[in-house]
Order: sequence, then structure tokens, then C-alpha cells
Amino acid sequence: MRVHENTSVWRNGMVAAALGLVLIAAAGDALAQGRKDTLLVLVESGPNNLDIQGVGTSFRSYVASWNTHDRLVSFGTKTLADGTLSYDYTKIVGELAERYEFAPDGMSVTFHLRRGTTFHDGSPVTARDVKWSFDRAVSVGGFPTFQMSAGSLTKPEQFEVVDDYTFKVKFLLKDKLTLPDMAVPVAAIYNSELAKKHATAQDPWALDWLKTNVAAGGAFKLEKWTPGQETVYTRFDEWKNGPLPAVKRVILREVPSAGNRRALMEKGDADISIDLPPKDAAEITASGKYRIVGVPVENSLLYVGFAVKQPPFDNVKVRQALAYAIPYEAIMKTAVYGRGVPMFGGPADGPKTAAWPQPFPYTTDIAKAKALLAEAGFPNGFESTVSIDLGDATVSEPAAVLLQESLAQAGVRTTINKVPGANWRGALAKKDLPIHIASFGGWLNFPDYWFYWGYHSQNGTFNTMGYQNPEMDKFIDAARYEDDAEKYDGAVKGFIRMAMTEVPRVPLYQQFMDVGFQKNISGYKYWFHRQLDFRQLVKN
Amino acid sequence: MLILIGRRLAAAIPSVIGVVVVTFVLTRALPGDPAAYFAGPNADAKAIAEIRTALGLDRSLAEQFLRYVGDLLRGDLGQSLSTGRPVLVELASRLPASLELTLLGLVISLSIALPLGILAATRPNSWVDHLCRVIVTLGVSMPTFFTGLVLVYVFYFLLGWSPAPLGRLDAFFSSPPDVTGLYLVDSLLARDGETFLAAAAQLILPAATLAIFTLAPLARMTRASMLAVLSADFIRTARASGLSAATVVFVYAFRNAMLPVVTTLGMVFSFLLGANVLVEKVFAWPGIGSYAIEALIAADYAPIQGFVLTMALLYVVLNLTIDLLYGIIDPRLEGAA
Amino acid sequence: MTETLRHVRHVLTENPVTLLAAGLFVFFVLAAVLGPALAPYDPFASDAARALQPPSLRHWFGTDALGRDIFSRVLVATRLDMTIAISSVILAFAFGTLAGLAAGFMGGATDQAIGRLVDTIMAFPLFVLAMGIVAALGNTVTNIVLATAIINFPLYVRVARAETAQRKSAGFIEAARLSGDGEAAILFGQLLPNILPIMMVQASLTMGYAILNAAGLSFIGLGVRPPTPEWGIMVAEGAGLMISGEWWVALFPGLVLMLAVFCFNLLGDALRDIVDPRRRS
Repeated sequence: MRVHENTSVWRNGMVAAALGLVLIAAAGDALAQGRKDTLLVLVESGPNNLDIQGVGTSFRSYVASWNTHDRLVSFGTKTLADGTLSYDYTKIVGELAERYEFAPDGMSVTFHLRRGTTFHDGSPVTARDVKWSFDRAVSVGGFPTFQMSAGSLTKPEQFEVVDDYTFKVKFLLKDKLTLPDMAVPVAAIYNSELAKKHATAQDPWALDWLKTNVAAGGAFKLEKWTPGQETVYTRFDEWKNGPLPAVKRVILREVPSAGNRRALMEKGDADISIDLPPKDAAEITASGKYRIVGVPVENSLLYVGFAVKQPPFDNVKVRQALAYAIPYEAIMKTAVYGRGVPMFGGPADGPKTAAWPQPFPYTTDIAKAKALLAEAGFPNGFESTVSIDLGDATVSEPAAVLLQESLAQAGVRTTINKVPGANWRGALAKKDLPIHIASFGGWLNFPDYWFYWGYHSQNGTFNTMGYQNPEMDKFIDAARYEDDAEKYDGAVKGFIRMAMTEVPRVPLYQQFMDVGFQKNISGYKYWFHRQLDFRQLVKN
Repeated sequence: MLILIGRRLAAAIPSVIGVVVVTFVLTRALPGDPAAYFAGPNADAKAIAEIRTALGLDRSLAEQFLRYVGDLLRGDLGQSLSTGRPVLVELASRLPASLELTLLGLVISLSIALPLGILAATRPNSWVDHLCRVIVTLGVSMPTFFTGLVLVYVFYFLLGWSPAPLGRLDAFFSSPPDVTGLYLVDSLLARDGETFLAAAAQLILPAATLAIFTLAPLARMTRASMLAVLSADFIRTARASGLSAATVVFVYAFRNAMLPVVTTLGMVFSFLLGANVLVEKVFAWPGIGSYAIEALIAADYAPIQGFVLTMALLYVVLNLTIDLLYGIIDPRLEGAA
Repeated sequence: MTETLRHVRHVLTENPVTLLAAGLFVFFVLAAVLGPALAPYDPFASDAARALQPPSLRHWFGTDALGRDIFSRVLVATRLDMTIAISSVILAFAFGTLAGLAAGFMGGATDQAIGRLVDTIMAFPLFVLAMGIVAALGNTVTNIVLATAIINFPLYVRVARAETAQRKSAGFIEAARLSGDGEAAILFGQLLPNILPIMMVQASLTMGYAILNAAGLSFIGLGVRPPTPEWGIMVAEGAGLMISGEWWVALFPGLVLMLAVFCFNLLGDALRDIVDPRRRS
């Protein structure tokens, strides 16, 4: 074989490669325009349903509802210590409603809607739309109805259309959570006329049509939704329920790989990145390549829970022993990279305030753990399993490995059980995971709210330990409807103290919500629902 | 020819049935309760039970299977729980993405593997041969997700030559009007040069990842097949008759050596359609591979069943095409498969 | 015997790459057997203070996100990965060869039945099938081995069947039959030893795929459970770290993984050189 037969092959190959590189470079130039008016936001995954009241709507879908719908009221703004804007759960301000007043007997509230507001299709917003939306929320069942009931909003009879622009909500009982509950994403206002056009006899609430369509009047319209890829929003220029947003167009792009998201941000190819792993957040904060805003998620905890109905976890000494065997510092450093507020090492004699979450009095003390285990009748420890959510493995996996090692030192030998994301809820619901690492955050920032879902013997989904104790219930029930501030604090401290000594779950830390921004983006406001609110963002 | 096609299709039916049954059983064996998943995080036992009835999951497996087959025969692949859309629609929209990626990957792979294989075969046991073998074997020894990540790191992050791994098109481009679903083809048909370039730029890294992985079987088969053919008598005769080396290799040897290469190509193609799940995950590629993974992790029955069934049918069509190609390439084999 | 040995030595020395592969193979076997004894650190011992340190004299391959020594983990992982590969290959090899023999030799209904089974398995996108099996049965080493064996099974059946069918009417089989050997004796005494070398080539080649399969499963989270050291899961853990500059966490396990697969693939070639009659001339 002579040589030149081969070189022609090689030569052709070289030419092709060069052509390829030229193509790449040319494409890059075309992208430069169009960037200035649009925000490109990176998320790990996107909506599975545009209707927050839909069946099976995922957490990641809430961002669509929040930005395309209005609610009657919203929360005000406060500034945190580091200058970040946050919602203020103590201030309820009007959104669709211009103003509201409570009845003299305190058993109802009347909202006066802003006049001249329209939905995206131009039709006027009236109190009838509000009633339809609220009726829907309490009637469709599932999560939305649950959420409404958390504020004692349960029956359509409570909602009354006084006239086109006046809407009244009657209370079944006095509940401090009722008004805030109307500011949560679930209490969205729908364009009822448009929705009713697509309702059927079997589907009176148009659940099917609203899965893939938006009937609303919020600050942003849905331009395009490609499931699994991206969601595109454009500003609704006739929006009247607040100052017109500065940003005209927002693209939420789904990029499953955290590494790719980081690369895109570092190269400046994207504006905002939600869902930052703690390691990335810590490192970028240190390097300053772009800005990280980390806000402790209110009323939220990551914890180690025990299946308290199963031996040996039914023995409080065992639970306390394990609380002393957790490698808190190591987890904070190696799994969380400091992106959390520690919830351990608190005062040994119980809660000083009625704040929640607050640090529990446990620290890493293997000797104490062993002593307690011996007292409980397990001088040689025992065997068990640590279960974690595979869908949350970035933090929970290293935490579980560290936990396993530390527990082993105290004599408790464990295997790690990774439960796939889809099955995690189901597994938790059975309340039989001996040792599990989980988290729970409540939308309404009240300790009794958290404890109601997490510790009460009504045994809701978030009471992952299956803990049922009438003494604990007494405190929680007392606090729930207590008006008197001092009595309320007393009840709260009561149930917190009990949680500390009984320790069916051991708090590890309060998570940060870490969001990454390019340096020219400002106006970020942290919300309890942890979704990005486009309305306050500014791209300079 | 038609009889051949008919016979092959008939022979394929049992395996398709087998696939449907096995997938059904396997998805039902997946740990995870779609009803609980569907009902949402705050649902109580009652709500979950209601959803279960609504989804038909409370009936016996046999009855569920019969309903499923009934739906299948009507062309209804069911609905995805996680996206809420009909599986058929989703597969149809995502299949072109995977096809385009796989096809381009194969084209790149062939354009490197064929010359390498021929080169190695014409100089057996020389250092060139060994080098070729080492190169392609290295390529197939790396896990595809690792290769993909390294390529992104080097070409996007370090060198900045490649665009961001954001999927088929950069955020600021819209897809060309849908004719085949293959962006390269559609953008050319719409005479949209910009979109063509943008789509091509996004395709290069993931296609290269696939190509690196498939070099080995194609190059090896080319080499082995060429070696076998080159040592045949008729080649010796051709050489002895004074034909140039190039003619011998390309006109006579290569064509005769192509058959096993075509078979390998078919196997590689069908393997890739299932195996590029990992590449799709790394590059955020909206293909059926990533669709299947998400469905599997979410224990979402309908998409998994739909995906596997589609793959099985594609496989049947592919095998049939290869058999027909056999007949064209080597008339001796027509009807013999 | 010496003839074979001489031939083997000839193959090894004529092709330096084969020698390299053989050397690697010996190295891996040694690592698998002696690994845990030779590891400088406990592969499970985490040390938060020393997390993510680059390669140094203290830690040849650096440390991972939990401060564990990567070199020790990679070394110890050899045993697990080799076990997974060898077990699944043996399973697939045994059942596949027998099935292929039966199908090729007996033909007819047996051939049809086995052919259908193989076609059904092969109609699946194989990796997704492996994922499905492990997801359904749980991610233990046994299930990973089982899933890998199942998806490799068809390949062995096909090769065995083809080779058997080819040799079925060969001269030496006729001769054996004429000299009074029963069908079973022909099947196991004549055909099986005859196709065995070619099957071993297949075995060597699929060994690499078995390891890659386990690595792929780990990437999606369906692989072995933490904190077990296994090459694939280590690459998966390190993959996300590459972008932040900690290249060593993924690179070293990835390189070793690649070397192992590489070694098995080349060995397959070498075996084929030994076995293929055409090369012998």
C-alpha cells in the first residue's frame, strides 16, 4: 500500500474537522442579540402541570403558577441582615384586593378588588372569578384542599360574592392562619369564564385543560411550555396589581446536571441558577465569580427521624443516645459546606424563646451515647438501617455515610438504604423507616403549624416517625388557636421542650436556599414557597 | 421480497408480545406506588386510595394487562403520570431528538472507524495496526457519561469552543418548522442557515461522545472483515492481475467486506438507541433515553412500557432493513436469512 | 501442551499490545486478590478535615468529598468490580453456551424456542432492561450481576448457536457419529470443546461491558450502595466535581476503570489470535 492513499483519507478528515469548528464559531455570534431583554434561568427540572391545583402537580411546577396568577393578598417585604430582600410574613398586603377589612365580630373579612384589572385575555377580573377559584381549591381534593384547610378554609359556603368587586370570606372559627393562607400559591385566582369554557360534565373544574394552559391575570403570561425542556414567560404589560416588572421575558431552562449548570453560570451563559448544591454555593461565594444569595428557609429543618413504634426506637433513651452519636460538625462541614444554620449544641436546660427552628441541646458525644445505650439495655449496640431519598442524594448521601460511621463507633451498625425519589413519599408514609434523613418546611411561618404537621398524633404525612403523644398534642392544640401572646409562647415552649427531651427526630440544621445570580442581576426577593418571583428582578 | 418481509414480520410478533408482557410485569414490580406519587406529598390514605381507583391500579394484574393490551391495539399508549401528557405524543416528539443524535454519532463514527479499520487491515500487525486498535479500544473502554463530561469540561469550559450543553438548541433560538423532527434536516428545508448552525453546534459534543464509544465495534469489524476478505483467493487473483492496491482495497475488498459491517452497524444502532440514556442525561438532550430514565425513577408505568415497545418495534424494523440490505449487498444471501 | 504454550508465547511476544494486556490482567488479578491487604488507608474511613485534597505523596490519588483516600478505594474496588464482571460473565457464558449448543445442535422446536427467548431479550434496549431489573429487584450486587448476565446472555447464545450450526455437519462430527458416539457425547465431548475457545473470546470481550454496565447503573443511582467502593460509583461521585476543579476524584477511578475494560478487550483480541485457525497459518 502506497502512503498517499492514506493521506487523502486523513486530509479529508482534517478538512471536515476544520469545517466543524468554523460552524461552531459562526453559531456563537448569532446568539449575542436577544440576550438583553431576557432572563435565562437554570433549573434542575421543570413543571409537570401548569395548574397548582391539579392532581399530582410537582413542587417544581409552583413557579409557573406563582408568576402567571395573582392572589387576593400577598406578603410585604423586609430586608434581611445581609441586605437580601425577603417576604415579611407579618405583613399582609393587597394584590388583587386593594384593601380588606375584618368584620367587627372578627368572623369574616371583606376584600375590595382593584377595578379595571383584566386577565391575560382582556376580560375583567371580578369577585365571581375569585369565588370560583376558591371553591375550586377547597373542592378538588388532594394537596390544594389540604393547604386551604390549614387556614380553616374548607367550604364553598364560606366564600361570598357581595358584588362585582367585593368578595367576602366567612370564618368557621377564628384562625390566625386564615388570612396568610390566602396569600399562598394554592389560593390562585383563575379566569373562571375561560376555564369554564373548557370544563366538561366529568371535569367541572377544567383540570384537564388547565394542565397545559393558563387562565389567569398575573404579571407574566405563559409564552411556551415544552415539558422536560423549558418554560418561557412574557410580561403581561397590562398588569395592574403591582409595579410593572422590569424584565420582559423569562426562560426557565431545565438542565439536570448540576455540573453543567455551574459551568453555564461560570461562563456567563445563564443569568440565574436555582437549586445550587451546597458545595457549589460555598465555593462560588468564596471565589466571587458570580453572586450567591443564601437564605435560611423559614420554618424548615433537615433532621434524622426514628420509627418510634419499632423497637428499639420506642425507648426514649435509645433515641437520646443516637442523638449524641450524630457527627453534627462533620456533616455541617462535609455534606452541607456550612450552607445551613446548625440546629445542635443549644442550651442544655431547654428553650429560651418560642422561636422555631431552634438548636436542640445535643452535641456529638460518643461516650454519652454508649452510656445511654447501655442504660437502655443495649451495651453492645444493635443493627439497623439508615434510609435516604435518592432524589436528594447530594446532601443526604454524604450525611448518611458520616452518620453510619459515627453510629458504628457507638455500637450501632447500619446499612444505607437509598430510596428512589418516586418511592420516597410512599416509604415515609408507612412510618417504618427505622432511621431516616428527611426534611420538612412549612409555608406558614408558625411553630404550631410545623408541629401540627410534624409531631401531632393526627399522624400526617410529615410526622414521618409515627409519633403519637397526647401530652404533646395538648401543647400543640393549645397554641394553635391561642390569641394571648404570652400563653401562646408558653405553649410553644412547652411543645419544643417536649420535642427536645422525647427526641423522636433529631434536627441537624436549617437549610439554606441558595440561588446564583450574575453580577448584573438584582431585586431578588426570597419567598417561603422557595420559587423564583420574576416580578422584582432587574437585569442591568 | 414481499414474502420475505411478511415472513420476518410474522417471526417478530412473538418477541414483541414477549416484550410487552415482560415490560408490563417488570414495571409492576418496580418499588413505588404511582398512586401515592400522583396524589402528591400531602395526600392521606383516603386520597391515595381514590387515585388508585381512578388509575385502575386496584384491579387484578391480569385485568390491568388486558386493559393495557386493549388500549395498545387502539394505539393508546396511556398517559405519563409525571408530565400528564399522552405517552404517544411525548414519544413522537422526543424520538427525532434521539434519532438525530444517534444518526450523527454513527456518521461521525463511521467516518473515522472505516478508514481506521481499512488502514489496520492493510497493514496487519504493524505499529499502525496496533495504534488503531489501542485508540478504538480506549474509546470503548470509557463510560459514555465520563467521556461526555470530559468533553464538556475541555471543549466548553476550558476552551470555550463548544456552545453550552443546554439541549438541542440554545435558549434564544426557536426550533425550525416540524417536518421530520430532525433539526438539521428541517432547518435546511426551511432554508434557515442560522438555526442549522445552532443545531449542529449543539449536536457535535454529544454525537462525538457516542462516536467515540462506537468506534471500536465498527473499526474492529471492518478490520476483521477486511482481513478475512483480503486473504481470500479472489483478492490474490486481483492483485496478481496487476490491479492497483487502491482498486483492490476499495473496489473489490471493501464491498465484499461490508456485509458484517452492516450487521454490526445495525446492532450498534439499536444498542445506541437504548444506551444513549446516559449521554442524554449529561447533555440535557430531550430524547427518549432521558424520558425513559425519568419515568423509571418515578415508577411511571406508561412511558416505560411505551418506550420499550417503541424500541422493540424499531428493532424489528431495523433487523428487517438489514436483512433486505443483506440481499442487496450479497445476492447469494437473499431469502436465506 | 508445549505446542500450545509455544504458540501462546509467540502470540504474546509478536504483539506488544497483547503483552501489555496480559500484564494488566495479571496486575488486576493481583489487585483484586491482595487489594484490601495492600491498601494504605481504610477505604471507609472518612476524614472531614482532609476532604478534596489533590494528589500528593500522602494520598497518591488525592481524597474525595468525605476525606477518604481515593487510591485505597480504587484498589479495594478492584475486587468488587472484577467479581461483578466475572460472575455475570460466568452466568451468561454457562447458560448461553448451553442454550446455544442445544439450539444449534437440535434445531427444530428447541431452536425456535430459544431463538424467541433471545429475540425477546434483544428487542429490549439492553441498558434500560438492566436498569429495570435492578430497579425492580433492588440494587444489591446480586441483582446487578443478574441483570448484567441477562443482557449478555443473548450474545453467547447467538455465537454458540452459529458456531454449533456451522460445525454440526463437519467431518469430525460425522466421524464421531460413525464411531458410535451418542448424541450427548458428541454434544459435550466434541462440539463443546470445539466452540469453547471462540466462546472464551466472547467472554473476555463482554467482561468489559459488564464493568461498564455496573458503572452506568451507578451513575443513575441504581448501582451498589454507598459507602461501598466501586469504580463506577466513584466516577459518578466525582463527575459533578470536575467542573469545580477537583478532577482527581473522577479521573483516577475512571482511568482504572478504563484500563480494566481496555485490558479485557485486548485480551479478547489476543485470545482470538490464539484461537482463530486462520491466524495460525
